[in-house]
Amino acid sequence: MAFQILLNFFLAFLWMFLQNSFNSTGFFVGYLLGLLIICGLRRFFQSRFYLLRVGAVVNLLFIFLKELVMANWAVFKVILKPKLDMQPGIFAMPTTLESKWEVTVLANLITLTPGTFVVDVSADNKILYIHAMDVPDVEDAITDIRESFEKAIMEVSR
Amino acid sequence: MTEIIKVFVGIFVGLGAFLCMVTALGIIRLPDVYTRNHAASKGSTLGIMFILIGAFLFFYVKEGHYNSRLLLGIVFIFITSPVAGHLISRAAYHTGVPLWKKSVLDELKDKEKHEKHGLDRSNGEGK
Repeated sequence: MAFQILLNFFLAFLWMFLQNSFNSTGFFVGYLLGLLIICGLRRFFQSRFYLLRVGAVVNLLFIFLKELVMANWAVFKVILKPKLDMQPGIFAMPTTLESKWEVTVLANLITLTPGTFVVDVSADNKILYIHAMDVPDVEDAITDIRESFEKAIMEVSR
Repeated sequence: MTEIIKVFVGIFVGLGAFLCMVTALGIIRLPDVYTRNHAASKGSTLGIMFILIGAFLFFYVKEGHYNSRLLLGIVFIFITSPVAGHLISRAAYHTGVPLWKKSVLDELKDKEKHEKHGLDRSNGEGK
């Protein structure tokens, strides 16, 4: 991915030298043309066309913001409920993500999910220990949400 | 246009202050470290982010002053506060702070024993 971006910058500079227009407009036009060229030659690269990955990152950012607002709503309901009748607990969740940054992003995302946050990560990064505000009713739904998180993160790293 | 944005500024700052108040209430009311951490790590993050967004919009509209440090502050708080919550609760767990007495489940205790004996029961509660 980084290589494709670097190549795109290089093509933009090439365009600037060809046009002899050293300003931001020349750079921008060159960048767009370079994008077209890279898109045309995408089957020669090892990884995917990098705009797809940029789109996945933006998607992840929006998931973050949405989950933050929903988590606040859930916490808000628990706090202002007259009776403290939640059932907190710590449960373990195995994860299929491998590299360290993926696990970190997943842990941050889980921390910002309604009713859950990560207490500990096992030494081999395979199991996350999650404290949930309400174990019985949220657990299944949360597993579903988390499948979608893992999928969104894998979409970035693939 | 500017009047509409002023209304938005009011909404953002008011909502942020309200969320911070709810967070403080939660820290007083909830029973143990971990549930309090839920309130602190989520409520105050969004509350402070809202207040900073409100301040950013206010100075941008009123003075025409584009303060990029506020935007950086929003990003930094967004990145660091979940990590801080995680570290505090982790430190609490490992120094033996007990869970609330009505807690229903504590798999971390069992799993740590399993890991020490090299036994990895990997399809656990999440399935």
